[in-house]
Amino acid sequence: MKHPDAIVVGGGLVGAAIAYGLQRTGLSTLMLDEGDVALRASRGNFGLIWVQSKGINFPPYASWTWDSASLWPTLDAELRDLTGDVLDLHQPGGIEFCLSDDEIKKCRGDIRRLHAHAPQVAAEMLDHKALSKMLPGLGPDVVGGRYCRGDGHVNPLSLLRALHKGLLTKGGEIKSGSPVRSIRHQGGVFTVATNTEQHQSARLVLAAGLGTRDLAEMIGLDIPVRPIRGQNLVTEKLQPFLPFPCATIRQTGEGSVQIGASEEDVGFNDATTPRILNKMAARAVTIFPHLKQARIVRVWGALRIMSPDGYPIYAQSQRFPGAFAAVCHSGVTLAAVHTLKLAKAIAEGALPDAVSAMNPERFANAQT
Amino acid sequence: MKPNYDIAVIGAGPAGMAAAATAAGQGATVLLIDEQDTPGGQIYRSLSRQNLKDKAILGPEYYAGHKLIAELETSRVEYCPGTTVWQVSEEREIGISGNGAARLLTADQIIIATGAQERPFPVLGWTLPGVMGAGAAQVLLKTGGVTLPDAVFVGTGPLLYLVAHQYLRAGIPIKAILDTTPQGNTFRALAHLPKALADLPSLIKGRRWISQLRASGIAFIKHVGDVRCVGEDTVEAIEYWQSGQWNRIETQAVFLHQGVVPNVNLAMAAGCEHIWNNAQLCWHAKTDKWSQSSIPGISVTGDGAGINGAKSAEISGRIAALGALHRCDLIDTAARDRLAAPARRALAREVRIRPFLDALFRPSQNFRVPANDQTIVCRCEEVTAGAIREAVDLGCMGPNQLKSFTRCGMGPCQGRMCSLTATEIIAQSRNETVANIGAMRLRPPVKPLLLGELADLAIPPDEPNPKVG
Amino acid sequence: MPRLDRNGDTSVSIEFEGVAISAFEGDSVAAALLSNGYRNFRDTPVNGASRGAFCMMGVCFDCLVEINGIGNIQACMTEVRAGMHIRRQRGARDIHAQDGSL
Ligand SMILES: Cc1cc2nc3c(=O)[nH]c(=O)nc-3n(C[C@H](O)[C@H](O)[C@H](O)COP(=O)(O)OP(=O)(O)OC[C@H]3O[C@@H](n4cnc5c(N)ncnc54)[C@H](O)[C@@H]3O)c2cc1C
Ligand code: FES
Repeated sequence: MKHPDAIVVGGGLVGAAIAYGLQRTGLSTLMLDEGDVALRASRGNFGLIWVQSKGINFPPYASWTWDSASLWPTLDAELRDLTGDVLDLHQPGGIEFCLSDDEIKKCRGDIRRLHAHAPQVAAEMLDHKALSKMLPGLGPDVVGGRYCRGDGHVNPLSLLRALHKGLLTKGGEIKSGSPVRSIRHQGGVFTVATNTEQHQSARLVLAAGLGTRDLAEMIGLDIPVRPIRGQNLVTEKLQPFLPFPCATIRQTGEGSVQIGASEEDVGFNDATTPRILNKMAARAVTIFPHLKQARIVRVWGALRIMSPDGYPIYAQSQRFPGAFAAVCHSGVTLAAVHTLKLAKAIAEGALPDAVSAMNPERFANAQT
Repeated sequence: MKPNYDIAVIGAGPAGMAAAATAAGQGATVLLIDEQDTPGGQIYRSLSRQNLKDKAILGPEYYAGHKLIAELETSRVEYCPGTTVWQVSEEREIGISGNGAARLLTADQIIIATGAQERPFPVLGWTLPGVMGAGAAQVLLKTGGVTLPDAVFVGTGPLLYLVAHQYLRAGIPIKAILDTTPQGNTFRALAHLPKALADLPSLIKGRRWISQLRASGIAFIKHVGDVRCVGEDTVEAIEYWQSGQWNRIETQAVFLHQGVVPNVNLAMAAGCEHIWNNAQLCWHAKTDKWSQSSIPGISVTGDGAGINGAKSAEISGRIAALGALHRCDLIDTAARDRLAAPARRALAREVRIRPFLDALFRPSQNFRVPANDQTIVCRCEEVTAGAIREAVDLGCMGPNQLKSFTRCGMGPCQGRMCSLTATEIIAQSRNETVANIGAMRLRPPVKPLLLGELADLAIPPDEPNPKVG
Repeated sequence: MPRLDRNGDTSVSIEFEGVAISAFEGDSVAAALLSNGYRNFRDTPVNGASRGAFCMMGVCFDCLVEINGIGNIQACMTEVRAGMHIRRQRGARDIHAQDGSL
């Protein structure tokens, strides 16, 4: 049997973007994923393509994010042509609301620091009056907000599906229900074993979200990620009223309103709790009082993939050339660079310079 | 309403009413919650304000419910109608909503008795207005005596024949009965007949309905292999496949039915373990002999724990209440077992006929797993059988991934109308058992809740009950 | 659609799509509409398809109507009240318009 040119472990947004990206450069790619129930940030996320708060204290991440947001229309068009799927991509700019003067102060400070190294982001503070003009129905207690024209949103579920479909269409292979149990390396070839099968390839990318930590250990990489829970609410479908994606409220292409997302350090627990949901709902109806009347249709909890400093980790093994790992929180935002830049560089044999600062060694250094 | 009860019972059907009354009779503080405005559940719906002149239409089995309602009304149960339960947590915190306001309360023991719903009947055109469940037709009969004349009844199962018979008794014309009971069922059911014979009166009653329907001159067409409802904006006709050809009947109303399945949403969202019952082709909570689920302090009883009918539900409700009373130390082991003994004997008698009925009215595979790719499976998001099979080709392994691939199950019904079908389609396409594919994962709120209600929710200062056990 | 004979009914006047229709105390909105011959309750937000009551027990969410300006109400779970103005639910609910006060 012929070995694939690359194996990607993880079929979430990061894994699928890389797998599709590898396949489109001509590398035959096998993507391994878990079964029906798994911890999947890709199925629980908020769908924002967000730049206004990214990399405030970390210039490489700010520009990597900016690049991705700029490349998104390219990815969108490519996936639509290839799969016929519509991803509902809109990049009209986005808003983060401030409900107090303290929140205004913080947002303003963030802009100043971000613009110092990433002026292209061009975020601005808007007061209540200016926001009201953009957003009919805005509640009186919204003091103001931060607007950035580079922000947008997309249907993350359609994105995930299109990446899978695209990978298959280009001739790649997907095996779901195949959790990886062990990885061995011999003579330049990685052998990846699931419960029932073994797969071999000279190139291996670990992008298994929270599962990456354990897998990476098997090839001597330390990828210190931990779960941060986010709870989300979705309402019934409503007529369009919200023309901009906002940091915790967005109206989807189907019309439902998505409200998110808490940040809770509760370990591997993706339950939902009325106490947190109550706070989220209260904030949402403060921002748009008419949403009080909206019915909640679904609620879920999902686990974010967080590194100690919150930024992505991209690693390539020195000991086992050909092995890579990629984990990040913002897999939607970064899908475009993952597909169009990261995968291309991995196919050529090394991580791109743009991500060199996002290596795992930065944590080791921090400890010493 | 108090912030805490010894026992909270959800659902005021036979199981819930019996559980609540039994528990209150032993001195427990009991809250009984139901979304309907009157007690009775599905079977005794609207009984307390029933005003049909001719009592023969709904029959003595219906009016027999007065006894249980009277028991509830004279008990010390705090009965809370018109209120939905949108969550039950592992910590036994209950979220309720009524009159536009939501609140949280706790109970030492929770008994979920949310009953059953009609099994989805996914055929072409089943979403057209005018196509309804036979159970829905019966709800209309019970509330306001509303009927739809010249309807076509389609399907299999006791409820289908009962409702048709009730129409017959009421003198409402029926256009036809299309029986979809698979031919081989009778033979397979025979194995269970000896046991079922012990309940001869029920068997005879069922036979009598069918023979009277046939004798009445209504077209009674057996061995129907496929059906499709057709029409522009409402149903205009039904077409059915029988003896190698399609036939057509003009009609403005179609009543579909192929049995009932447990209402699992609340118990599943609470985290109770569920098992696939292959004889009944449905999921139900895994329970012990006192109806306690996999979560200590949460019981599931009545049809919600497996379809056994109203009488069994009532008895099981009493047994569940005794178990709960014992766990809150309100009765000792000896009293519990003594009180439960006659109930257990009665229950054993009641369930004898079940395996026979399950086998006889087992819906055929092609009415559960639509072969036609155009058939809508998820009514809310309008996802077809073809789209589900396509998702399987993309690597989708179960109903949870299916949601993100197709939106199937993401609408307001929260999978109640599609998850069984979707899971069976996936199982068939992947050549797997449904048990191995697994159930759709559910989360509270399992009933509509306004964002404003959630925002205004008064959060009790204390954390809910610690887990027991 | 005929109603079976009942003792002591109290009639309630309601409107559907601007037309006065008959109903009785204790009726659900869905039962009242069906008894007046209306089967088509709404158009879906996904494909604009017609739908009506299906389960009559609050499970299917296909009976959604607009009552007194509030959209997406389950007709089978709502009792009629005198003076109710009921309309078909046309596609997705519009909550912005109805809350002009905000
Ligand atoms: C609440 C929330 C809101 C979010 N909002 C946004 C947003 O607005 N914008 C944005 O850009 N991002 C957002 N994200 C983040 C985004 O969803 C993630 O960045 C992205 O999903 C990460 O993709 P991943 O592939 O690394 O991980 P996941 O999506 O979790 O996928 C990991 C995959 O690997 C599989 N796997 C794990 N272990 C193994 C193994 N041993 N063998 C085989 N397979 C394995 C898993 O089954 C899973 O399919 C949000 C996340 C959350 C939780
Ligand atoms: S008819 Fe099904 S919810 Fe009303």
